[in-house]
Amino acid sequence: MNCNTVYITFPELLIWFPLIAGLASFFIRNQGVAKAWAILASIITLCISLTGFLYTDMSAERDFCLNNVSYEWLKYIGSSFALGMDGMGRMLTLLTAISFPVIFVATYRKSYAGSGSFYGLMLLAQAGLMGVFTAMDALVFYIFWELALIPVYFLCSRWGGERRIPATFKFFVYTFAGSLLMLVGILYVYQHTLPIQGFAEHSFAWKAFQNVQLTAGQQNLVFWLFFIAFAIKMPVFPFHTWQPDAYEQSPAPATMVMSGIMVKMGIFAVIRWLLPVLPAASLKYSSIVIGISVAGMIYASCIAMMQDDLKRLAAYSSIAHIGLMCAAVFTANTTAMQGVMVQMFSHGINIIGLWIVIELIEQQLGVRKLSQLGGVAHKAPVLTIMLVVMALANIALPLTNAFVGEFMMFSGLFQYSIWYAAIAGTSIILAAVYTLTMIQKVFLGESNALTGKIRDISWNEKVILAVLVIAVFMVGVFPQPMLDMVKDSVTAVLTKFRNG
Amino acid sequence: MRTIFEWIWLVPVLPLVGFLINGLGRKHLSKTMAGIIGSGTVLGAFIISLLVFMAVKDGSGAVTVPLFTFIDTTSLHIGFSFGADALSSLFLLIITGVGFLIHVYSTAYMHEEPGKDFAKYFAYLNLFVFSMLLLVMGSNFVIMFIGWEGVGLCSYLLIGFWFTNNNYNAAARKAFVMNRIGDLGFLLAIFWLLSKTGSVEYSEVFSSATLQKLSSADKTGITLLLFVGATGKSAQIPLFTWLPDAMAGPTPVSALIHAATMVTAGIYMIARSNALFSMAETTQHIIAITGLATALLAATIAVKQNDIKKVLAYSTVSQLGFMFLALGAGAYTAAVFHVMTHAFFKALLFLGSGSVIHAMGGEQDIMQMGGLKKKMRITHLTFLVGCLAIAGFPPLSGFFSKDAILLQVFEHNKLLYALGLLGAMLTAYYMFRLYFLTFNGSFRGTDEQAHHVHESPAAMTLPLIVLAVLAVIGGFVGIPEVFMANGDRLHHFLAPVLSSEKAVHGVSHSEEMLLMGLATGLVLVAVILAYVQTRKVVQKENTGFGKVLARKWYVDELYQAIVVQPLRQLSAFFNSIVEKKGIDGFVNGVGKAVQYSSRQIRLLQGGQVGVYVLLMVLGILALFIIQMFL
Repeated sequence: MNCNTVYITFPELLIWFPLIAGLASFFIRNQGVAKAWAILASIITLCISLTGFLYTDMSAERDFCLNNVSYEWLKYIGSSFALGMDGMGRMLTLLTAISFPVIFVATYRKSYAGSGSFYGLMLLAQAGLMGVFTAMDALVFYIFWELALIPVYFLCSRWGGERRIPATFKFFVYTFAGSLLMLVGILYVYQHTLPIQGFAEHSFAWKAFQNVQLTAGQQNLVFWLFFIAFAIKMPVFPFHTWQPDAYEQSPAPATMVMSGIMVKMGIFAVIRWLLPVLPAASLKYSSIVIGISVAGMIYASCIAMMQDDLKRLAAYSSIAHIGLMCAAVFTANTTAMQGVMVQMFSHGINIIGLWIVIELIEQQLGVRKLSQLGGVAHKAPVLTIMLVVMALANIALPLTNAFVGEFMMFSGLFQYSIWYAAIAGTSIILAAVYTLTMIQKVFLGESNALTGKIRDISWNEKVILAVLVIAVFMVGVFPQPMLDMVKDSVTAVLTKFRNG
Repeated sequence: MRTIFEWIWLVPVLPLVGFLINGLGRKHLSKTMAGIIGSGTVLGAFIISLLVFMAVKDGSGAVTVPLFTFIDTTSLHIGFSFGADALSSLFLLIITGVGFLIHVYSTAYMHEEPGKDFAKYFAYLNLFVFSMLLLVMGSNFVIMFIGWEGVGLCSYLLIGFWFTNNNYNAAARKAFVMNRIGDLGFLLAIFWLLSKTGSVEYSEVFSSATLQKLSSADKTGITLLLFVGATGKSAQIPLFTWLPDAMAGPTPVSALIHAATMVTAGIYMIARSNALFSMAETTQHIIAITGLATALLAATIAVKQNDIKKVLAYSTVSQLGFMFLALGAGAYTAAVFHVMTHAFFKALLFLGSGSVIHAMGGEQDIMQMGGLKKKMRITHLTFLVGCLAIAGFPPLSGFFSKDAILLQVFEHNKLLYALGLLGAMLTAYYMFRLYFLTFNGSFRGTDEQAHHVHESPAAMTLPLIVLAVLAVIGGFVGIPEVFMANGDRLHHFLAPVLSSEKAVHGVSHSEEMLLMGLATGLVLVAVILAYVQTRKVVQKENTGFGKVLARKWYVDELYQAIVVQPLRQLSAFFNSIVEKKGIDGFVNGVGKAVQYSSRQIRLLQGGQVGVYVLLMVLGILALFIIQMFL
């Protein structure tokens, strides 16, 4: 199509705007200004993302041109700066765009030293995430992947909790290992892509990766390189132990970004860069991956029951839920894949909501140990209601958003194997156990000397949580628009996957 | 002309609106307003339900009302749609009718609660009614499941309504978790149906064409899993222990949720799926045996309980067991009939016990009561009616429904019948033991309580009277052929839905009369026994078998030992050994090895992690830029 009349595209806007705003933020010295700037910038990004929904008809030239772009870049090695937006990309960029203003407003009360740099790093991470979700070139994808991660190292090591150094160290060891594996994998696949006539011997383009011809043996090798890299990011058992520490020690906004959006990078990467590139190996190893994921669900749920720390509990609960998504992706089942798509969005909303409540409690009381809390509901009923809704959405109660996704994922998993579905299903019972135990220990019962002092939430937090609660029920009752949004991505990836 | 069915969505939406108003406005609404909104919305739902029922009865038959598309993908089509037929319209009447009475009763019972808790209570009640209505109105299994988990949630909220007490909270949590175990079975059954038939719509799934597609293994598997779901919600072995603990909630809640409606969900589900169940013989046997075992187990426990609500709770479990026995014997109509009559008399008994507890200032131990019949005339009379009805005295409602069950079980299997009869005797015994200890003899409580005892206000006694009348006449919709030709109107009404019902052939009229006489005689013996034994009240420690019964057959302890403890140990093993020593040990070991072998990386501990990665990326970038200009 002839796109000469289009000057800038939505993917570009979504990347460059937060990037520039983030860089500018480093120069802001005043705390209030930095906060206001971050909120303003993230709201503008959200508006850009929402505007994008007016232009989604990819068969129309105008809409296609507004969503896809490719610049000549490193043409001698076969890489171009290519971005594109399909249904999945649109959904995940929307999630990214919604999350940041929500996070900024919800944590408005908390001040970080050197807030210009703090918010600058946050916005850089946002730009990186946008890039990851829209990249159509393996090298571009890799660079944005790193761009999203680097700010988080800084955020955690500078603004984190007491044990931030060992936590960051572990996080670094894991993700660095993952990035290396992925880089090796990308370069390996690159070596086998077809040449671009007259320019380069090979290509980094997504299309070229999709059409790459690898023997079964080669696929098997690269599969594990990619899979382990993405599995660390999700994370699934047994590549997960960086996560509880990192979530616990990072400053709350960074934790929210990590658990709400960044874990989706792993799932997303499997769907975009693993299944279509290495379909035969993915099919071959699917039973192993699903087995690991299902085992991880039970494992993480069991550990979640043992946690006395709210953040670690949420972390392990998240690992269990991600395990289901990872299993569902590999079932090669349409229903399950649709479920994964919806769930990526829903999980992001729900877990961010949970973190906000946890953060509000910690801000006020200075503790997040279940054994030290209790009776919060007496003094903070609204906070309690918000948490209960979020927690119940997290365990996929019907009419909440997560039910739709989990129902579809389980349904697909069942068609793959009754036994896997039944075993994985026990995690919904365990989830009820640890969630209700948490609610009981933190919010119910008599209040103690500590929790007697808690105030209920202020209006800005109330508004943000109310928005999230409404989102929970909107998607839970009317999931169809979201299902329609991601339909094209599901069909595309599964066609490629199944045809090997 | 527009039909009533176009307005059927209002039935669940009205209570939902009530929930929202009371929930959001709980700080601003007066108690009167909260009560009016709570009860009024359910009354509205009842009126529409009544019209729907009339329309169905007048021959409109089954109607499906699609509302909107819930999930529609290439492989999955689930509509948000409601169905109205004989079975669901009957349940609608029970839920909204009995529900309304309980709402009215609650306005007086909960009056001492602070304003916002009062409104919160009604919000929860309305949400419960909403969920239960979704459950029975859905035209497919997914909508049923939505309501199914919804009632589980509401019972959690209501059992733990007084959330300051951690024992209550534990009971609430137990109810939710046990329900979820059952829910998993239900879910798996839905997935199984989906994978084999591609649909969850009743009209599709139960059509003979679809049923033929299912192998007998499929049918057995699906029905067994559905039954697992039913055992959770309807408190059958092995998932029954939550129900007696659920008595922690306010007493009207016990009446609504744990007697009249929620626990009948399992019966509804199986009756709804009768076409499928009647093709799975193995499952039917398991259901009948489980039902009977539950009926007897719970009845024996009830004999030794001294808490007025605990007795009633075990009696509910036991009665539900009878309904499952009926379902297992293929007597679907009888099971639904018993659901209806049980809703009347069990709501009556629970509300009556609430009235007693109210008057006794919170006392629930029947050993501390006695002689209340002089002080609480209405409560006493209505409670007596309830006891007579549940014991099955002719011509009260319980007589007809219990007789219908026993008759069909008799034809099905003589041993099951004999044991069922034993259960009926036990029922009469423990109910009248309860009645005599509470209302007969002399007062055994404190002087203060004796002074305080009074009849409850009209908002509480009026529902009692209405329910008592229903408990008396409710059985007349199902008069057996022996007494009246075409007397079993319920059977004819439900016949289109419960088409797999087994007809009774092998029992002659004289035989039937004989069986009824036998049952009634035995029940009478049990009542006399109860009277004799309670004439002199001696409090003594239970020993031997009595202690086993008083301690509920040690089922809770058993579960603790074989499920809870092992799970906890496994989790502890995962947490402290595998996670910390195993995986983390490995990762940290690798990290440390790298650290020792390389001086540079030691800088990581200075917090300079990011710089390295940044350098790496910058390096790559530089490489490309250089290449670009070469």
